[in-house]
Amino acid sequence: MHQLQFKLFGEKAILIEWFPEISMSVLNGILDFQSKIATNNYPFLETIIGYNSLTILYSQKIVNYENEVEILKNIYKSDFQIPNKSNYFWEIPVCYDAEFGLDLKEISIKNNLSIDKIVTIHSETIYTVFFIGFLPGFLYLAGLNPQLFMDRKPNPRLKIDKGSVGIGGKQTGIYPLNSPGGWNIIGKTPLLFFDSENEIPCFATTKDQIKFIPINIKEFYEIQESVANRSYHMIKKQSND
Amino acid sequence: MIRVLNAGFFTTIQDKGRVGFAKFGIPISGVMDSYSADLANHILNNSLDTALLEITFGGCSLQFIKNTMICISGADFSPTVNQMKIPLNTRIFVHNNDVLSFGTRHFGAFCYLAVKGGFLTEIKFNSRSFFQNITDDFMIRKENLLPFLEFHDFKSSHASVKTKKSYFKKTKIKCFKGPEFDLLTKNQQNLLLKNKFTISKDMNRTGFHLVEILENNLSQILTSAVLPGTVQLTPSGKLIVLMRDCQVTGGYPRILQLTEKSINIFSQKIAGDTFVFSILKL
Repeated sequence: MHQLQFKLFGEKAILIEWFPEISMSVLNGILDFQSKIATNNYPFLETIIGYNSLTILYSQKIVNYENEVEILKNIYKSDFQIPNKSNYFWEIPVCYDAEFGLDLKEISIKNNLSIDKIVTIHSETIYTVFFIGFLPGFLYLAGLNPQLFMDRKPNPRLKIDKGSVGIGGKQTGIYPLNSPGGWNIIGKTPLLFFDSENEIPCFATTKDQIKFIPINIKEFYEIQESVANRSYHMIKKQSND
Repeated sequence: MIRVLNAGFFTTIQDKGRVGFAKFGIPISGVMDSYSADLANHILNNSLDTALLEITFGGCSLQFIKNTMICISGADFSPTVNQMKIPLNTRIFVHNNDVLSFGTRHFGAFCYLAVKGGFLTEIKFNSRSFFQNITDDFMIRKENLLPFLEFHDFKSSHASVKTKKSYFKKTKIKCFKGPEFDLLTKNQQNLLLKNKFTISKDMNRTGFHLVEILENNLSQILTSAVLPGTVQLTPSGKLIVLMRDCQVTGGYPRILQLTEKSINIFSQKIAGDTFVFSILKL
């Protein structure tokens, strides 16, 4: 087990940090701690997951920080059986057509890969959802093949359509909402990644896995229509991890 | 109900925001200056999580279609009812057809209009706070109708609270060291704590960017939680003080964390205002 670091984060939050790496073992450590906190009658308001961190927010000011850290360390050490949360494997249709893949050509030139090869590499990988942040419904995904690493654009676009699939540095992701953004856009999915009309607005959650399935432009519009009239059935499988 | 005659520069419905939805990436949001908002609700005997109208820099004009009791707190934008000046932090009775307007700004950036019982706009994820893509709209617009329950008990006693104007003039912004403060060199720490900083024009409910640059070579961090009041330092040296609508995670080093009180005081500043950061001992 990695040595954990505790830091006071303002008056009402404690930040717990793991070794700074993006790995399943760190993520499992974070999730383990998070569920122990949630099931130990420990008073807190909210927890926020990062790649190597767990932030605990409290409703009251922290009176005795050292004492609080001791309590948290004991909770972490406690031998508590975590209820098995089921995770899913989602298939996400993406149209990599030039109409949506605005920056495919540029990546192809800079990374010396054919566009077909970019699509193949991007869609054959299985990505793991680490957490949601940046925008409502934005999944932080791990697993991008280093051949597709690509610096963010020096001048962000003022508007990127929701559903756009992009590459920013060492990460790939889907814009859940229309937003300004600096990522290189390679395609678009017709699925909704944030639906404020739904009590659970995001279908995917931490530790789920996703895979992009290339579709053509005709299929894109067909799926978009069935999403709009709520008749689309997401393709998901029980994840075996 | 209120009919919006003129929406002003940027007017929203706010309460204490959305807690518990970080797992969906939903920001906390809520009133920028919770001290002033609480004051307005308190004077009307509303509970402190009651939704009120947050008015930025004034400019708005509202017609009441029901009788009620109101209270205005926070920034002073010379409010009038039917063109008669009304005081801040005081219970005011308004009647069907009365028009509440805001004029010249005297001090502050955000003022709060509380009505007895609060505004009853849609609730999304436990809050009425406006936020793009979460509520139907992210600001109020001309001809919007803002619902509340009629209030008739005009016999209730008058109440007002005296407040200190110095609240709006404070230039010392109290904060704690942020999680990455210790990555700064001694020299950078000294500059941060001795220099005066100026609020730039790039400011909104998400964050206030500062004018002065703090040169640094800190690397980005692995994406981690940010909070209202977190001060981020970008690679180009720009300092960003995150405010209520900030995202739930970020990748820039978090060098300071404002106290809750200081977030309220800071939210009432405007572009060009200067201040110093003052670190509290743990």
